[in-house]
Amino acid sequence: MMAEEMLELDEDTQKDKYLTFFIKGEVYGIDIRLVTEIIGIQPVTEVPEVPEYVKGIINLRGRIIPVMDMRLRFKKDFLAYTDRTCVIVIEACNMSLGLIVDGVAEVLTIPEAEIVPPPELKAAQNKYIRGIGKTGSAVTLLLDCEKLLNEKDESVLLNL
Amino acid sequence: MDPMMEMFVFETNQNLEQLEQILIQSEKNGVFSAEEINDIFRIMHTIKGSAAMMVVNEVAALAHAMEDIFFYLRENKPKQVDCSSLVDIILNAADFIKKEINKLDAGEKADGIANQLIALTKKALADLKKANEGEKTENAAEKGTPPVTESVEKVAEKPLAASEKIDMEETINVFQANLLYQDDCEMENIRAYTALNNLKDYIGEEYHYPENILEDDQSVAVIRQQGFNICFTTSMDYAAVSELLNKTIFLKELRLQQLPDVKEWSYWPKETASVPVVEKQLTDAVPEAKNAKKAEVKESNHQSMISVNVGKLDVLMDLVGELVIAEAMVTQNPDIQGLELENFNKAARQLKKISGELQDGVMAIRMVPLTGTFQKMNRIVRDMSQKLNKRVELHLVGEETEVDKNVIEHISDPLMHLIRNSIDHGIELPEERKKAGKSAAGNIILEAKNAGSEVVINIIDDGKGFNREKILQKARENHLIYKNEAELTDREIYSFVFAPGFSTNDKVTEFSGRGVGMDVVMKNINAVGGNILASSETGKGCVITLKIPLTLAIITGMNIKVGKARYTIPIVSIRESFKPLAGDIIVDPDGNEMVMVRGQCHPLIRLYDLYHIDTKVKTVTEGIMVMVKTEKMTIGLFADELIGQQQIVVKPIPAFIKHISATRGITGCTLLGDGNISLILDPVGIVNRI
Repeated sequence: MMAEEMLELDEDTQKDKYLTFFIKGEVYGIDIRLVTEIIGIQPVTEVPEVPEYVKGIINLRGRIIPVMDMRLRFKKDFLAYTDRTCVIVIEACNMSLGLIVDGVAEVLTIPEAEIVPPPELKAAQNKYIRGIGKTGSAVTLLLDCEKLLNEKDESVLLNL
Repeated sequence: MDPMMEMFVFETNQNLEQLEQILIQSEKNGVFSAEEINDIFRIMHTIKGSAAMMVVNEVAALAHAMEDIFFYLRENKPKQVDCSSLVDIILNAADFIKKEINKLDAGEKADGIANQLIALTKKALADLKKANEGEKTENAAEKGTPPVTESVEKVAEKPLAASEKIDMEETINVFQANLLYQDDCEMENIRAYTALNNLKDYIGEEYHYPENILEDDQSVAVIRQQGFNICFTTSMDYAAVSELLNKTIFLKELRLQQLPDVKEWSYWPKETASVPVVEKQLTDAVPEAKNAKKAEVKESNHQSMISVNVGKLDVLMDLVGELVIAEAMVTQNPDIQGLELENFNKAARQLKKISGELQDGVMAIRMVPLTGTFQKMNRIVRDMSQKLNKRVELHLVGEETEVDKNVIEHISDPLMHLIRNSIDHGIELPEERKKAGKSAAGNIILEAKNAGSEVVINIIDDGKGFNREKILQKARENHLIYKNEAELTDREIYSFVFAPGFSTNDKVTEFSGRGVGMDVVMKNINAVGGNILASSETGKGCVITLKIPLTLAIITGMNIKVGKARYTIPIVSIRESFKPLAGDIIVDPDGNEMVMVRGQCHPLIRLYDLYHIDTKVKTVTEGIMVMVKTEKMTIGLFADELIGQQQIVVKPIPAFIKHISATRGITGCTLLGDGNISLILDPVGIVNRI
């Protein structure tokens, strides 16, 4: 009983909270409930025959987790990893995935009312944007992690 | 699923398995021995009791009907028993129960209707009685056959039937009392025993539940929940009894009821009455099922067997795997490389020894003998030979061979398929066999043996064997032949039977011939890293050999380096490795490279080429050639250098990677001693790419 209430409360405190991070100057946000941890960049083991943006797998205390370079995923130019480069480990759809980002900013509360759907553009990358959150004058692009995990990038697969 | 249901499903399945064994055995002998009757009776009784408790009424009713038959057999020892038809009925009923249990296991409702089966079973009992009436009338009348019409309530009666003769003297009052103790009084069983002792002097016959107050550990819980139930006869009146019982210390509530007659005892509350039988037997069932041999054995094994959730073992296995890696990280730590550390090395060796033993121990826990899987085949052989009018004898050899639990799960279905195929396609009808100068009954030998880190399972039959021509013809029709027919070896031809949709059986039977099957068998066996071989001699029979790794979790691997990447090749598939000379490499006009080893040519695969890895070592003389053997062929893998041999814990490739690409040739990954990840190469996958 108590535990359930606690859990509910816990869920509640995480609701509408987003972890924001940078990719090439742009601020993106993901639902904090999906984030399991944030780590610095680790030595990555390359896996053959995967799309370029999947950098490989890392060893996270015995767990083996694939990592994806978000810059490459969004077809931006590659930036060499530095001390500021972070891996955001998310867990969704029963899969774990590390997102390599330029840096992590902060945790923001963006109420549902402040989120507007993305404009209907033909640009492919909008597929992964769930909405655009407004906080004061700044905007945050909110990622749709499930799509990120599930959608196969056909163009890359065809090349193989 | 709630734990009670889980327990019920588990126990009932075990009981059914045991039942099948006994039935098939007795059918072979053509007679039910007293011990077998008792065993079957007990199994039915257990199933009935637990099914009634779990409110699976159809199962309970059916089990009850079957129990009646064996009750009759046990009590009246009739002379004329049609063993085989009885076995048929019981097996059908067992199948029904199994189906219902599987439904429950899948979280569905057990909604099957057993009326027909129950009617059949009852008819069998009636027939049995009729057949034996002549000689046994007196005996039967004396003892009284068990009431057939009564259903679950009969459980309630059981304990009473066992109680002593009632001595009918003077005026006798019958009481039923339920003593409920205070919540925090503790040691309820001792208190109940005291209460019973206090009564002893005043009462005649008594029956109480739980039966074994002091001996049975569970009695405390039962008394705490349901109270302590006593039924007794006494010359005292209600008031006196009430007064006496109310003296009991820590008593919270007394429910005393006077009954008009001893017979009223049968109104003993159902739920409490069904519990004792069930609980008692549930606790017994595990060891019994495992050693279905002698009563003495069961007794001694009672305490030494526990059943553990496989999930827990998996966790333990993972932890040991981590430990092995962590140990390597410590002992091979770069910080201490090259240092003279005598004491450290001593301690490290000790640690290595212990962790090695721990690993062996955990592996041993997961090892399960093939006995259960093998014995299941008895049933298939029996059913099929009856339906197909063939006579088949199954011989089991080496069934005590142990393999990892995970592996067993994967080979049970393939084995079943192969046995079916052998009976359906292999073994001929008795007349045909006689004509061919063989014994009327066909033989199938199911044999298991250890061979290094593999288990070899042979399925040998003395049937008509593969029809080479027919297979070739079918292979032609299905466009499976990829090279000159004259060059095909027997082994290659026989391997066509494992291709999808391949069946040479002209007509589709209930059991096989639809062409699904062998490829599924192949797939299942490949999934556990095993292999299938078929060989045959027309007219004499065929041998199908399964080679299966003992375990999937920890393997010995050879680590190799290509550029910055590390790969691991399972040591079982490595034949040799050597530094090639420039002259060993041959290039054909298409640019395919081959490596010559002792006069034999094998395809050469450069790993850096295959996986697009950046490396400096591109000249063959600078790197190392690892010859890897698969069933199909031997190939040479070219790598930069060997790192060394290591026990590795196989971890699956992350789901996301599997999802996003269909990488072939890589089966998993593992952690190296230095914390780096190495990818495990799958030679079969690589061969399939070329």
